[in-house]
Amino acid sequence: MPVTDAVGTPASGRGRGPEADDAVEMASGLDALESQPAAETSRRVLAKTAPPLLAVVAVLALWQLAHVLGWSERLPSPAAVAGELGDALADGTLLPSLGHSVLRCLVGFTASAVLGVPLGVLLTRIAALRTVLGPVLAALQSLPAAALVPVAVIGLGPSEGAVYAVVLLGAVPSIAVGVAAGIDQVPPLLLRAGRSMGARGPSGALHILLPAALPGLIAALRQGWTFGWRALMTAELITATPLPGIGRMLAEGNAAESMSAVLAAVALILAVGVSVESLLFSPLERRVLHNRGLTGR
Amino acid sequence: MPTHLATPATAPATAPSADSPAPYAVRLDHVSKAFGRRGAQQLVLDDIQLQAAPGEFVCLLGASGCGKSTLLNLVAGLDQPTSGTAQVPFGRPALMFQDHALFPWLSAGRNVELALKLAGVPKARRREQAAELLDLVRLPDAYGKRVHQLSGGMRQRVALARSLAQGSEVLLMDEPFAALDAITRDLLHDELSRVWQERKLTVLFVTHNVREAVRLGQRVVLLSSRPGRVAREWDVDLPYPRRIEDSGVTSLAREITGHLHQEIVRHARH
Repeated sequence: MPVTDAVGTPASGRGRGPEADDAVEMASGLDALESQPAAETSRRVLAKTAPPLLAVVAVLALWQLAHVLGWSERLPSPAAVAGELGDALADGTLLPSLGHSVLRCLVGFTASAVLGVPLGVLLTRIAALRTVLGPVLAALQSLPAAALVPVAVIGLGPSEGAVYAVVLLGAVPSIAVGVAAGIDQVPPLLLRAGRSMGARGPSGALHILLPAALPGLIAALRQGWTFGWRALMTAELITATPLPGIGRMLAEGNAAESMSAVLAAVALILAVGVSVESLLFSPLERRVLHNRGLTGR
Repeated sequence: MPTHLATPATAPATAPSADSPAPYAVRLDHVSKAFGRRGAQQLVLDDIQLQAAPGEFVCLLGASGCGKSTLLNLVAGLDQPTSGTAQVPFGRPALMFQDHALFPWLSAGRNVELALKLAGVPKARRREQAAELLDLVRLPDAYGKRVHQLSGGMRQRVALARSLAQGSEVLLMDEPFAALDAITRDLLHDELSRVWQERKLTVLFVTHNVREAVRLGQRVVLLSSRPGRVAREWDVDLPYPRRIEDSGVTSLAREITGHLHQEIVRHARH
């Protein structure tokens, strides 16, 4: 090859004596100057947990103040609502109600995820499917769960099945649409890089597309959980389910016109929502975003 | 075969000889590429004749609209020519971009390992090979680092390691250093020259920086714009290692810049 003559000896690229050492030193100097130090974790954990706790304390304090000052004669004290919860715990109705509702939501949510995630992926892969199903899913998302309950009850009878149907119709569209949006936001360059490395088809989806869309995927699941939980409470409240649940505690409190019983049920619904959010989705999302350098410190 | 001349060779210098087919790592034969619908087609590449010998470092130089990225896509097999053939006998080439395109959900080392995995390297060997490749680009401590924790220059070096992990003998580079500052770019030129020689790679390096092309390449191919054609090419008969401020680099760069400007001015007139 006449052309390769211009290369010189293969070793010539390295052997520059002290100058090459200078280059190495300079490279590591530049690296050190431009790299970001890792953040301290313990202080961040405190910064994340303290504000929500303060918010709860502030709400309770304001509530107590409103009660003491008698702003509303129907407003029970926080202690009365806590007493209501204590009674329910003591007579053995609280935990089964909580358990049944959470279990139902878990089952419904899992089924929704199993259906919704592949559906979301398919929406981005098959343009025709998106054209047809996109508006349907958007319409379903805008429909309140209360409107679905009578449909489900008449269609499936006042059964557990009707409750699940409402949860699925609430959660699946939201998960599918969210997953599709998450995949839309994956930078095309990453897909091109993946393809050039040989990641095509299922391998490309597994190694490139899904991990790249993970933040959107988590956001979609989180929204799906919220929609599912709300739909479940509506369904439990409106249908007379054969099994106890928090929704039925709410319905019973309503029937007895007991504000403290109703507020106790509301507190439970909130507690479940906040727990799942702050113990599961929020840390998961933070971790994923932090790993990608996407969270502001 | 490219003739070995100190003076500019006339284009195309890569006329194929029928009786003794020369070994080549990349070969484009009368390649044209048009985009758009039938009737309103836009010709991006026009009758490109280009060949790179195994181990050769070829720089493709051109202003905007010369179809550089399209050309690399054709060689990488990510796109097909409208007419003509693109041949890469040693298998799928590795591709490097201006943006590092590292996967942000993986650490630097895992990025390299994923490329090894997709290239079929068994699991037991991946960790060790990834460490070797990071050593090669002088980032021995970067294995567990996240992409966002690395500087721009370090990211491009990891991207180089990941490209090498694909096990290809042909490396396609699409303005890989264009977004870096001058100091870092100069260092990466050294690194790339060294890795190219150690690994005996065939490199097709696209740039619009004339000095960069002359400093790195054994051959510089000037492409005209709209449509992209091979306008002229030069053999760079300067010994390695080179520096960007070497007088040989500077004077050839000045000559090529003159021709590049003529190509650009041609568009202003018509």
